[in-house]
Amino acid sequence: MTGAELIIEVLSWIAIVGGGLFVIIGSVGVVRFPDFWSRLHAASIVDSAGVILLVVGMCLQAGPTLITVKLLIIGVFLFITGPTATHAVANAALVSGVLPLGEMKRPKTIAKKQPAKAAPVTSPRKKKARKS
Amino acid sequence: MRHHLILRVITKLLVGPIMLFALYVQFHGDFSPGGGFQAGVIFAVAFILYGIVFGLHKVQHVFPPWLVHKMMALGALIYAGTGVVSLFLNHTYLDYSALAHHPEHGQHYGIFAVELGVGVTVSAVMVAIYYAFAARPPRLSDEEW
Repeated sequence: MTGAELIIEVLSWIAIVGGGLFVIIGSVGVVRFPDFWSRLHAASIVDSAGVILLVVGMCLQAGPTLITVKLLIIGVFLFITGPTATHAVANAALVSGVLPLGEMKRPKTIAKKQPAKAAPVTSPRKKKARKS
Repeated sequence: MRHHLILRVITKLLVGPIMLFALYVQFHGDFSPGGGFQAGVIFAVAFILYGIVFGLHKVQHVFPPWLVHKMMALGALIYAGTGVVSLFLNHTYLDYSALAHHPEHGQHYGIFAVELGVGVTVSAVMVAIYYAFAARPPRLSDEEW
């Protein structure tokens, strides 16, 4: 094994192990984080950081072949679609009125200040808070 | 629907490559994983994605329902027609060896035609299922939830 091959091997394994680490961290975050928004953040890390690093590592392993081109196309596809999917989910949650965990106490004051605007997007949790 | 700027831009960007990838899967079915069924589903996904983001009306303007129904039948016709052609060439039904002088070439062309028929039918059926679900009027209006 020549020096250049050794460098490529080391770089590719750094990328693959780093990507695997990001996937594990994101998976643990999806299970352990308390509310929707922080879980979404953890899930999007799996998409963007983890999988892209894995693809880069596999590209270095494959060398200058057709497989590398296909992997790069997959990487570009994931680079575009992952954040888009996260944005779509986050947008839907925002429209349907899901609030972050720290914001649970605030809606009362907001609702008092502008009752007409805040009324249509109330979530079930907020209704419970108001009754109590 | 106007405020989904990111989704609309990304969808416009992706619909073309998705169709291209469907054709790749279609024509590489005999070398690598893939074939008519998978290609048909991927091809239908391009239209379904367009319909989800831009609305049923616009996707039906591009791919009208009457064409979907014709394509469903056309795929089955291509499949069965390949078999009938080999019948007329003095072989058994769907015996691809009849389609060229060399039996191997004939089998290549035969698989190709049959996969094309499968792909056309599957893509049309998938789009038709999406149209049937999406065109159904909602039982409750949004205020009644």
